[in-house]
Amino acid sequence: MSGPILDISRLMLRFGGVTALQDVSFSVENSALNAIIGPNGAGKTSLLNCVSGVYHPQQGRIVFDGQDVTRLGPAARTRLGIARTFQNIALFRGMTVLDNLLIGRHVHQKTGTIAGGVYWGRGRKEEIRERERVEEIIDFLEIQPWRKQVVHTLAYGLQKRVELGRALALDPRLLLLDEPMAGMNAEEKEDMARYILDINEERGTTVLMIEHDMGVVMDLSHRVVVLNFGQKIAEGAPEDVQRSPEVQAAYLGGHAA
Amino acid sequence: MSPSDTFPKLLLQNAERLGDRAALREKDLGIWRETGWRRYGERVREFSLGLVALGLQRGGTVAIIGDNRPEWVIAELAAQSAGAASVGVYQDSGLTEVLYVIDHCDAKFVIAEDQEQVDKILGMIEQLPKITHLVYSDPRGLRRYSHDKLISFEEVERRGRELHAQRPELFAQNVAQGKGGDLAMICYTSGTTGSPKGAMLTFANLLTMAMSLHQVDPRRPTDEFVSFLPLAWIGEQMMSVATALAIGFTINFPEEPETALHDIREIGPNVMFAPPRIWEGLHSTVQVKIMDTTPLKRFLYERLMPVGRKVADLRLEQRPVPVVWKVLYFIADWLLFRPLKDRLGLLNLRSATTGGAALGPDVFRFFHAMGVRLKQIYGQTEISGISCIHRDERIRFHTVGEPIPGTEVRTSERGEILSRSPAVFVGYYKNDEATRATLTDGWLHSGDAGYLENGQLVVIDRLKDVLRLADGTQFSPQFIENRLKFSPYVKEAVVIGQDKPYLGALVCIDQGIVGKWAEKQKISYTTYTDLSAKPRVYDLLQREIDRVNQTLPDAAKIRKFVLLYKELDADDEELTRTRKVRRSFVEERYAGIIAGLYGDEQKIAVDTTIRYQDGRTARIQANLAVREMGAA
Repeated sequence: MSGPILDISRLMLRFGGVTALQDVSFSVENSALNAIIGPNGAGKTSLLNCVSGVYHPQQGRIVFDGQDVTRLGPAARTRLGIARTFQNIALFRGMTVLDNLLIGRHVHQKTGTIAGGVYWGRGRKEEIRERERVEEIIDFLEIQPWRKQVVHTLAYGLQKRVELGRALALDPRLLLLDEPMAGMNAEEKEDMARYILDINEERGTTVLMIEHDMGVVMDLSHRVVVLNFGQKIAEGAPEDVQRSPEVQAAYLGGHAA
Repeated sequence: MSPSDTFPKLLLQNAERLGDRAALREKDLGIWRETGWRRYGERVREFSLGLVALGLQRGGTVAIIGDNRPEWVIAELAAQSAGAASVGVYQDSGLTEVLYVIDHCDAKFVIAEDQEQVDKILGMIEQLPKITHLVYSDPRGLRRYSHDKLISFEEVERRGRELHAQRPELFAQNVAQGKGGDLAMICYTSGTTGSPKGAMLTFANLLTMAMSLHQVDPRRPTDEFVSFLPLAWIGEQMMSVATALAIGFTINFPEEPETALHDIREIGPNVMFAPPRIWEGLHSTVQVKIMDTTPLKRFLYERLMPVGRKVADLRLEQRPVPVVWKVLYFIADWLLFRPLKDRLGLLNLRSATTGGAALGPDVFRFFHAMGVRLKQIYGQTEISGISCIHRDERIRFHTVGEPIPGTEVRTSERGEILSRSPAVFVGYYKNDEATRATLTDGWLHSGDAGYLENGQLVVIDRLKDVLRLADGTQFSPQFIENRLKFSPYVKEAVVIGQDKPYLGALVCIDQGIVGKWAEKQKISYTTYTDLSAKPRVYDLLQREIDRVNQTLPDAAKIRKFVLLYKELDADDEELTRTRKVRRSFVEERYAGIIAGLYGDEQKIAVDTTIRYQDGRTARIQANLAVREMGAA
């Protein structure tokens, strides 16, 4: 309702002689659930990395919620409300689920090292409040049975869920998901799809995800951006994009009929 | 009018009497949150009046489907307060069963827990024309659903508050109109054959049961109970609703079904009722953990557990415990049993019961050894869940105990267990034919075969699975086989005897355990076939069978047995994939051996080929020994 939360214009990203992204522009409406698709090496993850601040594009502008964030680092963008998950799980493997999620809350903690260390007054109150927030996420993702288990002992699908939980702990307004369902079985995918839908519908969080499973993309997303060789070749509602000859050609490697 | 003859009346009394004492406790967001009795009463009032405002009438039914949550029991009591009966639907049952039960019980209201259950019902809403309202308690994922029959739990409560403001006397009037003879619930039993049947139970039925049980297994108002088994099951209704209201103790709801065992540890319940699989699960968890623990702990476990078993056996046999053993037990208790019970959450347990199926004696002894006096309960939904229970001073593992006060139990000429008490149900809902087949002159036909032994009931098997010897003596092959399999040395057993003069058994030894035993005894062997033919292995198994024979009536003891030269195998079609013996197949395949069991020969010549799992075949020529019991 309040216009786009993310506006990307004329993005250009080069690694030496390789052009990863070329003149990519699109925007994401507030509270939307959009997907980026494209063949391998199309630049999807690079694009996500530009949004989260890992890469800095040579040209173009990224505007998040009316603020130009192109030059900001990842931590600053996180504080503004951009969170992400990774293609390969990036959790603290030796720590419990609870601790991993609490770390996600760290960005919102105001108590300093000393006040926090004393665990008295403000630090304690904050700790209780943060734990409450984390418990809500645990409840939301239905991971209560594993709350106190060390992450690396969990099944892969569960670790993915925990990673999503940590991203949620950042209280994001824009959630970037890099292949949230990679390597999952049908049942895990179904669960994950439900969580993503619920995050979008219940919490009103804007979601931008990269996903290869076309069934998931078609069922979940409101709009789809298609990349091929660093260029945006199509954008629109899932069913329109699916019918587009360019997209079919990009995926099948042939020429548009 | 009796002041406490219905559940809602008891609830209001408890609200008055116990005030803010905890009635319900639910773990939410990692913290146990309490609902006092007064608040429990208010929530029931709000929801009940909400249902009334939406058109619930006296004599109606309300179907409830979902995991164990406060809202489940609140919905149940709300329906009952309005003069309607509650119908629990198993949350994990298949769609056809959900459809059948909800349609058959004529419910206009369905109370569903969450999106999962709502999806189930909405998917079949066309086939459920009687439903006027589908209420959900967890709004998660349902925000965008728009269906004119869908309404939230909170909205129903809000309407209830409105109605209460307009007519503050209505709820109390509704409750006061209830009578003990009113229908409280329809409990559908998932029959193994045909459609489920709905047993109609009145408040009088259920409260009689609760008070009779209380007499022999007392509850206290300070007790804690964890509700983690389906509330659609009569066993859970007995505890979490009927008894909890009658006595006024606290019910705890786990965070999620998966966290139940962990939550049990946090609560440390005083009363626990669970089917065998839960007790077996606890038992095997301990076994596995002990294998992984430090040598010192394992040493203590291995030394002190026998002390517990010895003292438990003495107590069970009601023999005096010598002072030495008392001292040893005291040490074992502090070093092992108390820490162990603490780990399992059983430290405060006063009343531990198992029901629904038979529990192996090893598991029974394990719990008794550490001081948990586990007792068996037996009953049917149709008798409000219980007719027999072990008495503290007379626990025998192979029986299901003695009838509870007010209950008569006898066996019919066919050997069927019959019971009669004020807790016996009124009949099946809309199924007079089934009612007539089950109830005669107030006697409830259980469909189970059994017999009484010194006042204690022994359940043999389902009546239809019972076979007869040539002289007409009944026996249950499965019952005896299960008893045999309680021995660690027995892997499989097939008991033969239909139309035969006596019982014979084909026994398969457990190669791992018998092999280990043989090593310790310095008996050398090569293959399974070789091991199973050793005379000393025969002696060993004979002792095991003898032990089982002691618990069997004289006419139905095993007279002869052979140890098979191979294990029964699903690949050979001798077992089903769930490892049940395919009796007729086995009897045909081993017809020669079976004939040998009923001949005079000491040996049966066997000449057969067996196929190994890798596809190789081997010819076996052997003389299989037939062992006559009591002969060695």
